[in-house]
Amino acid sequence: MSLEKFVENALSSWMSAEGPEIDIVLSSRIRLARNFKDFTFPTSFSEEEAKNIIDLVKKRIEQEVTPEIGKLELLEIDQLQQLEKRVLVEKHLISPNLVEVSAKSACLLSENEEISIMINEEDHLRIQCLMSGLQLKETLKIANLLDDWIEESIDYAYDEERGYLTSCPTNVGTGLRASVMMHLPGLVLTQQMNHIIPAINQLGLVVRGIYGEGSQALGNIFQISNQITLGKSERDIVEDLTSVVQQIIAQERSARDALVRTSHIQLEDRVFRSYGILSNARIIETKEAATCISDVRLGIDLGYIKNISKSILNELMILTQPGFLQKYAGGPLKSHERDIRRAALIRERLNFTESSSS
Amino acid sequence: MICQECHQRPATLHFTKIINGKKTEIMICEKCAQEKGEKVVEAGGHGFSINNLLAGLLNMESNIQQTKANAFPKTEERRCPHCHRSYKEFVRIGKFGCAECYRTFNEQINPILKRVHSGNTAHIGKIPKRVGGTIYLRKQILDLKDVLKDHIDQEEFEKAAEVRDKIRSLEKRYDAQEGSEEA
Repeated sequence: MSLEKFVENALSSWMSAEGPEIDIVLSSRIRLARNFKDFTFPTSFSEEEAKNIIDLVKKRIEQEVTPEIGKLELLEIDQLQQLEKRVLVEKHLISPNLVEVSAKSACLLSENEEISIMINEEDHLRIQCLMSGLQLKETLKIANLLDDWIEESIDYAYDEERGYLTSCPTNVGTGLRASVMMHLPGLVLTQQMNHIIPAINQLGLVVRGIYGEGSQALGNIFQISNQITLGKSERDIVEDLTSVVQQIIAQERSARDALVRTSHIQLEDRVFRSYGILSNARIIETKEAATCISDVRLGIDLGYIKNISKSILNELMILTQPGFLQKYAGGPLKSHERDIRRAALIRERLNFTESSSS
Repeated sequence: MICQECHQRPATLHFTKIINGKKTEIMICEKCAQEKGEKVVEAGGHGFSINNLLAGLLNMESNIQQTKANAFPKTEERRCPHCHRSYKEFVRIGKFGCAECYRTFNEQINPILKRVHSGNTAHIGKIPKRVGGTIYLRKQILDLKDVLKDHIDQEEFEKAAEVRDKIRSLEKRYDAQEGSEEA
């Protein structure tokens, strides 16, 4: 398979499209947790009940949601190959948990992969919508539309006092988790993140590394999301998160300005060294790749590097993960083989961009 | 110092518990502490997830219940009539088995929800149209009454009249639905 074709297939629309504040905010995601009335939750149901849930959803998706969204495609997880499951996880379309319960789970995907609905993860439904840049309100609108469409024919487990009932009491109420992925090299380099994270936590928001709970902030990418789902309306949750994100964007911009003002040559040196590593290395580990990709992305944003598109960070982030590397190689790879493949793929990708832009 | 639970191993942990203003000091060994569910959270420990944290909160809850009210200690043995999950199991896993669990363990969950959701226990967000039924209509009516008040305050009487008519028609639908649900 040619790289060009592979890259096209590998990318979901949120990775390549240009959204608002795309220099700092990579993506916005909304997730709604929903359960069907009168069915046991996935944490304790039988395989037969799981199948009933999937059948119920199957029936519903025979119709189009709206002309804009079109038809959703249903994938039964246990029908997929190991590598295909992994790729879906790396593209953030499904969670590792959904794969763990393969025998009972499925997912619905829209053609542009902005929408994914997980079936039988921790809750019967996890309606997810992902867009590029800072577009939480728009993303919520689509998620709500899907939610209403499903609810037209299937009753949800809902309680007047507690709202949407979920397996875990941390999701009850709106069932809404809104999250934003941010690239914050300026705040990391100026060592401000350590002050900002506790302040964000005090506002009922959580800061995590890119791969969610417990992961470190690889490549200066942080995920910020709401923690409270009860006692606040959907609109308030999204507005509060958006306003905090806007403040962080402003701080990141001023940190970048300060860096350019005070250490322009060091910064430029760092960017081009990283670019040198990415375009020449023959062996590269995930962590080094993530750091260098972050530097190059910053270099693009600051105008030091001109011939590479901004979406490259999103692309390389996904392309250099184990599942993708193995899919590209056409078979399983050992760790050191992956490091070699990773280096080759990054080199090829950078050359491909340079040649196609010239 | 000897562990005051097993009276064998040395006490390595020292707790001060304050429940309803009453201070209790406990000196126990790690093994007994774990058995008592007083698992110590190591600061900055790895792999510490929200579920561990939640399970910790829930455990704390059942401990308080135990010490507070020995007269009715059976709450954690109660089982949900629909999915048969016990409160004990819920505490261990941190997850409910079905929607009915929320009703079964209603008394226990307010303090948990308060801790997890910054003191909130009641939903104020979206209402599903169908399941919500009359709740949805009632919410719509309440929202429109706010709008009506705004229009009157702004002396926009034509707009106010439109909203008033809308409220009336919704109230009619509400009464009809209420009637049919009771029947």
